[in-house]
Formats: sequence, structure tokens, C-alpha cells
Amino acid sequence: MSAVKIFVPIDAAARGVGADETARAIAAEAGRRRIPVELVRNGSRGLLWLEPFVEVEIAGQRHAYGPVQPHEVAALFEAGFAAKGLPPGSHPLAHGPTEEIPYLKRQQRLTFARVGIVDPRSLGDYLAHGGYRGLTAALAMQPADIVASVAASGLRGRGGAAFPAGIKWKTVLAAPGAQKYVVCNADEGDSGTFSDRMLMEGDPFVLIEGMTIAGLATGATRGYIYLRWEYPDAQRALEAAIEAAYAGRYLGENLQGSGRRFDLEVRMGAGAYICGEETSLLESLEGKRGQVRFKPPLPAIAGLFGKPTVINNVITFASVPVILERGAAFYQHFGMGRSRGTLPMQLAGNVKRGGLVEIAFGMSLRELLYDYGGGSLSGRPIRAVQVGGPLGAYLPASQFDTPLDYEAFAEIKGMLGHGGIVVFDDSVDMAAQARYAMEFCAIESCGKCTPCRIGSTRGVEVIDRLLSGKNAPEQEALLRDLCDTLINGSLCALGGLTPFPVLSALNHFPEDFVKTKRAQASA
Amino acid sequence: MTSPSPRRVIPLKVEPASSLTAEERSAVLAACARLKNLPGALLPILHAVQKALDFVPHDSVPLIARELNLSLAEVHGVLSFYHYFRKERGGRHVVHLCRAEACQALGAVGLEEHAKRSLGIDFHGATADGAISLEPVYCLGNCALGPSIMIDEQLQGRVSAARFDVLMAGLRAPAEAK
Repeated sequence: MSAVKIFVPIDAAARGVGADETARAIAAEAGRRRIPVELVRNGSRGLLWLEPFVEVEIAGQRHAYGPVQPHEVAALFEAGFAAKGLPPGSHPLAHGPTEEIPYLKRQQRLTFARVGIVDPRSLGDYLAHGGYRGLTAALAMQPADIVASVAASGLRGRGGAAFPAGIKWKTVLAAPGAQKYVVCNADEGDSGTFSDRMLMEGDPFVLIEGMTIAGLATGATRGYIYLRWEYPDAQRALEAAIEAAYAGRYLGENLQGSGRRFDLEVRMGAGAYICGEETSLLESLEGKRGQVRFKPPLPAIAGLFGKPTVINNVITFASVPVILERGAAFYQHFGMGRSRGTLPMQLAGNVKRGGLVEIAFGMSLRELLYDYGGGSLSGRPIRAVQVGGPLGAYLPASQFDTPLDYEAFAEIKGMLGHGGIVVFDDSVDMAAQARYAMEFCAIESCGKCTPCRIGSTRGVEVIDRLLSGKNAPEQEALLRDLCDTLINGSLCALGGLTPFPVLSALNHFPEDFVKTKRAQASA
Repeated sequence: MTSPSPRRVIPLKVEPASSLTAEERSAVLAACARLKNLPGALLPILHAVQKALDFVPHDSVPLIARELNLSLAEVHGVLSFYHYFRKERGGRHVVHLCRAEACQALGAVGLEEHAKRSLGIDFHGATADGAISLEPVYCLGNCALGPSIMIDEQLQGRVSAARFDVLMAGLRAPAEAK
């Protein structure tokens, strides 16, 4: 009797709700019943409300169970889940074949194609699932052709700013310099986002492959992954994968016998939201305070240690291998308008079915919130959603039909950013959220420019005065004036975008800022 | 290098006076020796010191500055810029509680109040028994399963007030309970 393959995620979110205990319970129960089991600790499939999400492979097909708590493991064995796929309905935890679950089936997973499927520690598994085909293609191409392919795919920076990756790479390729760098921004600080973390924990090799291709495309021989300290699981996954890639000659001085070189290491951040801004990230990598740099010069010309540097987000790099493997046209075919390809959206906050949804640009926010998300977790009406992290606008229900597209969101003074969507039900106090936005800016400001450093603290104060009800019209005018100063006078996006959550709360939910109405609401 | 030097070498930089224990001093020097040749070595060194000692002692600053040939201001500036580095010894376990929006949407504000009240400390404080330090954090990347906390390096999701109490009791229990 060959061993039954059972998958229990090693993803931090799954471990945070007991996946390790569930895995131990499965191993123990299988031992008790003398059923040979091969336990694989995979990444998360992204159906996070079902974590710990256990899959059993029966005749080549994976069957899903979740959320499986340790005390439920024995009953699952008793029901025969290790011998046959339990159809949905036959057991309260059974969801049927994983690939047939609508939440997953309707997605278009290009970047996350292997996340949750492979063993993230295994280079062999990565190769068996189509890994390193992009690099193989790139090794046979001229640098300019790789850059042209990335440009033709329409891939834009997935960190939030949505700058075309091809243009950035082309600038670095053209920049003279004996030493160039590839830097991955893995400082995923936006609340409501976790796609970088899931990808690094669930398929770290695809990030390594994408960065290696960036090195080949631009002539850079050294790469750094700047990872936030809050992601120790991702650090372990990346370091193990880097070691395996070196051993397999996918990193180092002679990539697959090509004579080309690329070295890669992980560097840890230390708890500074601002280091997600690319120039302050570079300062931090250089061992300095994470203070924003003036631009120009662009990092592509004078970046890390003053050298030409490609700096992109995790998802941007991780989307490159599939573009090289299947061609720019394949990737470009997904999406709408100038937003091409797919975006891994993250459903977060007060949502019933939170998780990762990778889909082509163009779907409406409403479909995502209700068809995928299933509405709020509390069961109360969704009152507001914040899209694009702490610097993104709060959107009311009247804007839920906006398509997920960079330009459509810019039109309503919002931003898609890194694809995080935080859902709030009708118990939310939007004035408190506006105040928090200013407070957060004050805590995380690097201090280099005055509007952000001082304006954020003044912003908290003026919101407090506005809510006290004294001279409210004057306070509101002052708040709007201050926001104008922040938008137009700040050096980077932290100060420049903090007014967006503030103003959107004020414009769409003005009743929350009126003292008498607040008193009624809380009564 | 066994033959005596004909000239006596007088170091330009003498080791600064400090209150570090011998153990702390050697941990700091070991971190510097191991990492100082990395490009941009200061953050990796501060991480290594905190990993070894659980905090970065004030008097390690002059030592690190000497080893990296930086000014005191440069090292102090970096150390004080980043929220993660602790300047004082904290509790045996560090609990980071997420204050960011996605956790707020699931009751993080209430959890924060409960945590402070039940532990009897504010953020950046440590409990009287020395078991637990409480720190704020802005996103742990667990935004679909909040409210979230991180205990040392272990993430915990769906942390209700009751679950928080159970987790904290686990930290205070003697080691054999684990």
C-alpha cells in the first residue's frame, strides 16, 4: 500500500489558526491506524477562512477539508477521508475536489499558479510543475529582448505605483555601470495585503526565478530581497529556497552552465512602513535610516550604493517567469485598458470568505466583495471598503461597481495599489478611521519633509477639534486645507496619499464627523 | 606575526568606556566581526545583537560605531529610527499586537484595550513578572484572519479576548507545560 499524500499548509496564516497542531494530529492518527501517510507542508491555497485547509490526494485528485481542527482529525479518518474523496455534504468539513471549489475554479492563477500546490521547500517539485522554464527561455535571449518581452506584456509594478516594469528595466539596461543591482521590495506593509507573504512562503522559487531573469535582462549580478521582520516564516522559506537554488546551480557564478552570474540574499527590515517606499528601502539596505531620497536621480540610474538598480515588488518579479515561459502576448491577453495581466487581490477585514483571489483586471469590486467574499463576516451590511492599503480611499457602496483597473480607481480618487481590500461593516466609525490615517502617518513618517512630519500630527489634532463640534465648519476647512498641503507638498506617497483615506471618509461619510449625529449613533 | 614590531602602535580609537557585561560585549563584537564586511552592514548587525541579547543595549552603540567606523550619531540614528529594535531589556516573550485597519475591522481596538487592561501595561511596557512585553505592530500580513498578534515569531490569528488570555497564560506557564 503506497502512502496517502496529505497536504497541510505551512503558511503563517494557516499556522496562526492551528495548522501545525492539525498536521501533528494527522500524523499521530495515521500512525495509530497504521495508514502510511506522506505529509506535505504546502503553501496556502488562499481560501483562508477554511484554514487549516487539509487536502488528501486520491487517485491523482486532491480533495479538500476545512477548517480542520486537531480534534476533528480522528472523525475524518473514521469517515474514510484517507481512502476516498468525501463528497461535499457527506461530511461537514468536506468541500470535494479542490480544483472544483468555485472560489478557486473561477480564478485565473498565473503568478500564483503553484502556490498551495507544490512543496515550497522542494526545488524538484518546482521543476516538476513547470518551474525555471522562464529562466531557460531568458538564458537563450539577448538582454534587450527580455526587456522587450516584459514591456510588451504590459506588466506594471504590482507594489502599488503601477509603473511599467519594462520601462524601468530598459532604463537600467541602458544605464552604464560595472555593478548593477536587482532589489525586491518585500516590505509588504499595507494593511489588508498578504499576497507577497503567501507567495514567498508558498512558492519562493518563482520570486528567485523572476529576480534572476531581471538580472539577466539588465546586466545586474547581485540581488537583495528586502523582507519585513514581521514575516519570519517567509524568511525561512526564502533562505531554504535560495540555498537549494545555489545547490542546483540556479543561482551563483555559472547559471545552468551559461557562464552568467547572479547572487541573491535576504535582508531583514526592522519595522518601518516607510521602507516600502523604494528610495527609503534603498537607504535602509545601505544600513542607514530609512529616509526618502529626492528623485531624480531615479533608482534605475543611481539606486543601491549609487548604482543602477531594478527595484520591484515581489508580485512583479514573480509574474515575470510566466511571461518569459508563455510569451508576452499570453499575459497581455488578460486584463482591461492599460491594466494588463492578472492581479492577486486580497480580501481582508470583516469579510466572510477572506483570502487570495488572482483574477484578470476588469472585474467589479462588487463581484469580488459578494461573489467571492460572501459579504461581511459579521453578517451586517458592508458600509465601507478601503482599497489599496492605509493610503487608499474608503469607498462607499455607491462606488462598488468600479472595475478593478488602475485607471478606473484613479478616476474615483482611489487606488488599487497592491490589491488589498479591507471590508468594514456598518459598525465602523469613519471619523475614527480618518483620525487613524493621520495618526499612522505621524507614527511612520520618516521625518524628512515638513508636510508629512508635522502635518500628520496637526491632522490628528484638527480632526479631534472637528469632532468636538466647536467651530466645525472652520475646522473642516482647515482640515481640507491641510490635506491639500500634504498632497501637494510631500516628498513621497506617505504624506502625499494620507489625505485620501481622510478626505474620502469626510466626503462619503460626512455624518460620522458631526458631533450630534455621532451622539445619536452611539446612543 | 610573531616577531615584535619595531615601532609601538598607538590605536587612534580606543575602546569606549561602557557598562556592558562581558557577555554582552562579546556578543556585540562577535556580531560585528561576523557581519561588518557586508555592504550595508549596520542593520544586519543590529538584528544579530538583538537576536543574541533580546535588545540592543545603549552602550553597544559606541562599540558598533567603532567597529564600522561610523559616528555615534549615525548608529544611534539608525537604531532609534526602526521600531523593531528594542533599546531596553523587555519581557521573556514579546507580544506584537496588530493595530492596522484590517484587524480594526474585526475588533482590534477592543483587543488592544483588553490586552493592556489584562496585562496591566501599556504598549512598550513589560509585565511585572517579566514574562511579557507588549508592542504595537502595523500589519502582520494576516488580514483575512484577524485580529492578529505575534508571539515572539509565531503568528496567531482570530485572537478573541478569551483566546488572548489562553495564549498569555501559556507564556506564563512553566516551560515543561509546552
